[in-house]
Amino acid sequence: MPSLDDLKKRIKSVKSTQKITKAMKMVAAAKLRKAQESAEKGRPYSQKMQNIILNLTKSINDPQNAPKLLVGTGEDKKYLCVVLTADRGLCGGFNSNICKLAKTNFKKILSEGKELNIITVGSKGHDQIKREYGKHVIKKFSFKDKKNISFNEAEEVGKEIISLFNQNKFDKCIIFYNNFKNVITQIPKAQQIIPAESKNLIEGNDENFSYEFEPDEDEILEDLLPKNISTQVFKALLENAASEQGSRMTAMDNATRNAGDLVDKLTIDYNRSRQASITKELIEIISGAESL
Amino acid sequence: MSDKFTIEIISPDQTILNQDANEVIIPSFEGQMGILNNHIPLITFLRPGIITIKAEDEKKYYVEEGTVEFSNNNLLILTSTAKDLAYFKKDLISGLIQKEESKLRDHQVTDKERYIASYKIETLKEINQ
Repeated sequence: MPSLDDLKKRIKSVKSTQKITKAMKMVAAAKLRKAQESAEKGRPYSQKMQNIILNLTKSINDPQNAPKLLVGTGEDKKYLCVVLTADRGLCGGFNSNICKLAKTNFKKILSEGKELNIITVGSKGHDQIKREYGKHVIKKFSFKDKKNISFNEAEEVGKEIISLFNQNKFDKCIIFYNNFKNVITQIPKAQQIIPAESKNLIEGNDENFSYEFEPDEDEILEDLLPKNISTQVFKALLENAASEQGSRMTAMDNATRNAGDLVDKLTIDYNRSRQASITKELIEIISGAESL
Repeated sequence: MSDKFTIEIISPDQTILNQDANEVIIPSFEGQMGILNNHIPLITFLRPGIITIKAEDEKKYYVEEGTVEFSNNNLLILTSTAKDLAYFKKDLISGLIQKEESKLRDHQVTDKERYIASYKIETLKEINQ
């Protein structure tokens, strides 16, 4: 049985933890609104861009000569996985969920005897992944000192992906991130960006456009494809930023509530042992008086 | 009226415009291009210039680059630099012109960059008048 003083100290420390989690929740809530807004506003751009690319994929008649970035190398041996996570912890299962999904995929890729390369974005994911797959990680990015994610960061990652592709380091590229559904739900997602996946296509939209290109097809594709990669990375970063704040908010809300419950429990314990010690004292006095 | 089509201007951080239009003039990479409804599917790039949207009223946007797609009577402009001319500050324009002109003096620039920069200056000067 802990002494009264010990209990008092514990109650105090739980209360101050509660204050911290409460403050973190407030901060996350304020940041969430901004992050959510930019994630939602950014969605149309990346979606439309993806749609153009997919329409282009369909209109290609001669896959042999099409740009490799669009149709892939035709092989399926080397994989590049880009895992996007946060730079900060204390946000519930946010980072672990992405890593869990990524690791299941890694296992599958490796068990099929394929080559695996990993790029991590965000230091938390890097920490979790390097434990098991450290030798596969070829590059890590961290935007810890950036306050807001801008397109430049996405471009940095995009350029790295493209230069690796040009060096023939991989055949397929998959990115992992958390899709922001709402404040409580974030869905870890794997998206294949090279070659562009055609199964995401909106149903009933399978007319075959034959586009008119100006200047010409090659030039357009040459410019558009790298841009699309960066755009998709940017979207993932935005979704991630919103998810992180959402996830942190819920996690901190739960922590605050748990701390409250704990304080209640400890207070009951405290009162009970205080009562017990009073009773004990009384008994001692009474039995002392009786024996006289 | 059936001679209308929808136009969307979308930048990475927001949807700038989504409305019906009768005619849109875009500064495509190889020259001005007027688009009416039932245009054939088209993909092209933008060079610096002014997008003019003609509906009941006329709207003008300054752009530096972008991708244009037209299909199913829907004109989609993806750009990160669209600015509504009505809110374009004059001193900002002069600053931009100076920046581009100093770029032109640099001998390192490629022909393509030179081409884009000169169009940029031309357009900006035109707006400034």
